[in-house]
Amino acid sequence: MGGHSTYQPKSAAEKWLHERLPIVELVKSSALDFPTPKNLNYWWTFGGILALMLVVQIITGIVLVMHYTPHVDMAFNSVEHIMRDVNYGWLIRYMHANGASMFFIAVYIHIFRGMYYGSYKAPREVLWIIGVLIYLVMMATAFMGYVLPWGQMSFWGAKVITNLFSAIPFFGEPITTWLWGGYAVDNPTLNRFFSLHYLLPFVLAGLVGLHIWALHVPGNNNPTGVSVKSGQDTVPFHPYYTMKDSFAIVVFLILFGVFLFFAPNYLGHAINYEPANPLSTPAHIVPEWYYLPFYAILRAIPDKLGGVIAMFGSIAILFVLPWLDTSKVRSGNYRPLFKGFFWIFVAVCIGLGYLGSKPPEGWYVIFSQILTFYYFAHFLVILPLLGLLETPKPLPSSISDDVLAKKKPALPQGQAVPAE
Amino acid sequence: MSTAEHADPNRRDFLYIATGAAGAVGAALVAWPFIDQMNPDASVRALASIELDIAPIAEGQSITIKWRGNPVFVRHRTQKEIDEAKAVPVTDLPDPVARNANVKEGDPATDVNRVVDGKEKLLVMMGVCTHLGCVPLGQQGDYGGWFCPCHGSHYDTAGRIRKGPAPQNLPVPIYAYISDTKIRIG
Repeated sequence: MGGHSTYQPKSAAEKWLHERLPIVELVKSSALDFPTPKNLNYWWTFGGILALMLVVQIITGIVLVMHYTPHVDMAFNSVEHIMRDVNYGWLIRYMHANGASMFFIAVYIHIFRGMYYGSYKAPREVLWIIGVLIYLVMMATAFMGYVLPWGQMSFWGAKVITNLFSAIPFFGEPITTWLWGGYAVDNPTLNRFFSLHYLLPFVLAGLVGLHIWALHVPGNNNPTGVSVKSGQDTVPFHPYYTMKDSFAIVVFLILFGVFLFFAPNYLGHAINYEPANPLSTPAHIVPEWYYLPFYAILRAIPDKLGGVIAMFGSIAILFVLPWLDTSKVRSGNYRPLFKGFFWIFVAVCIGLGYLGSKPPEGWYVIFSQILTFYYFAHFLVILPLLGLLETPKPLPSSISDDVLAKKKPALPQGQAVPAE
Repeated sequence: MSTAEHADPNRRDFLYIATGAAGAVGAALVAWPFIDQMNPDASVRALASIELDIAPIAEGQSITIKWRGNPVFVRHRTQKEIDEAKAVPVTDLPDPVARNANVKEGDPATDVNRVVDGKEKLLVMMGVCTHLGCVPLGQQGDYGGWFCPCHGSHYDTAGRIRKGPAPQNLPVPIYAYISDTKIRIG
C-alpha cells in the first residue's frame, strides 16, 4: 500500500507521530497520492458508492437499535414505534430499509463492471474472491435484517431460507434445529439473528479493508484492460478520483432520495406490515428483489436438494470465475464475441429476477429452467470456449496511447485548443 | 534448524506434534459450549406435550393447533377421503415410507400406517411442508388433500406427498388416545 507517497513530516509533532505510527503517510499514499489509471469511467465509481452505503447502513442501524426490541411479542410494535413515535424514526428506518436496496443496486453494477472489464483476471483473483465473500456476507446480513421487524414476510422468509439447510443429507434436521434454537422459527431465532445482524456489518468493514488492500497491490484495472506501464498512464487519486467519485455519489444519492422520500415502500412487501403468524403462510411469499434470481434458480429444479445445490452453486461459481474465463484479454471492449454474450448474461440474470417474483407454475417454471441452464452454461461452457475461439481486437500499447488516440480526431496536432 | 542431521522424527518433532494436538483438543473443548448454546434450551424442550379434546371436531372439519412452535393439522376425515387414500397403491407414492413416529421406522405409507390404533377417521400431522417449511392449505390441490402455496407441493387426503418439490410425506408426530375423545400430542 505504501511507496507512492513523498510524505515528509514537517512539524515536530508530525515527526514525533510518524516515528511512532506512520499513519499519515499510509493515508496519504493509499487514499490521496495513489496512482490511478487516468481513463477510469463512471462504472468505476461504484466502489466508493458502496463504501458510503456501508457507512450509511451502519450509522442508521446503530440508531435503530436504540429503539428496537428483539422479542417476538414486541419486535413488530417496536418498529411501528420507530415509525410513529421516535423523532425522525420514519426517516432513519426508511433510510436503512431503502439503503439496503441501494447497496445491492450498487453491488450488482460493481460486479457486472468487474465481469465486463475482466477485473477478476490475473493478478486480481484474490481481490475478486474477497469481493464475492463481501457479497455473500451482504446477503446474509440483509436476510437477517429483514427478519427483525417480525412481519409475515420476515417470518416466512426466515422459515423458508433456514429450511434450505434441511436439504442437507443426514444432518439437515439437527442443523436447522441448531440454527433456530428450537423446533420452529421463534424467539431464540429472532434474538440470534439480531445479534448477527449487528455483527456482520463490522465483518463487512473488515473485508472491505482487505478488498482495498488487495486492490492496492496490483492497482486498478481500467477500461482498456491494459496494465499501467508508466507514470504517463496514471493520475493521483486525489483530487481526480475523489472528485469524480463525489459527483457519482451525489447522483446516486438523488436516486436514493427518490425512493426514500417518494416511494419508501416500493421495494418492500405490503404483507410485511402484518405481524408474523406462525400458523398461516401468506398466499404468495417472495424474497426481497435482490435475491430473486437465486430464488428462481432454487425453484427451477424440481428436487429439494438439487434446487438448494443449484442455488448455492450459482453463487459459488463466482469464486472460480477467474479460472473459467480462458481469454488473456481483460476488457470486453476488445472481445467482440464476449461483449454480446456478456449482455445476454445480464439479460438472463434480470430475466431470472423477474421469474423469481412470479408464482412457480406453468411457463414460469419452464423459462426458469431454461434461464438457469443458460446461467450455468455461461460460466461452464461459453466463457471457457470463447477464450479459445475468439479473435480479440488489437489492444492499445498503453492506457495513454488509447486516451490520446481517442482525442486525435477532435484535436489535430498544431491546432489551437478551443477554450472551454 | 539442521533438518539434514535429524532426518528421522526426533524428540523435538514429537513435542511439536504433542503441543499442537493438545492445543487442538483444548480449542475444540472450548468451542463446544459456544456451539451447543444455540441448540434448543431447556424452556423450549419443556413445552413438549399438549392435550386436545377432539369431540367438537365434526366430520369434514379440521383444526390447526400449535405444538412446539409449529402448526399441527387435526382433521376428522370423511369416508370418501379415507377411501381415496386407501385406493392408492404404495408403489405409486413418491415417498413410500409412513413418516409416522408411532409406527416402526420404514413402515410403508399405507393409510392405516398414517394414524394410530387403526383409527383412520382422525388424521394428526405436522402442518409444515417438508420442502421449505410453509403451512400447506387444507382441502386444496390436485389430490383433495393439502396444497403448499409457496412452491406448489400437492399432498393427498392422508397427507402424503404426491406432486411437487417436497421430498417427504407430512410427518405424523407422536400422539396417543388418552380417552375416546382426547388425544395427547408429544
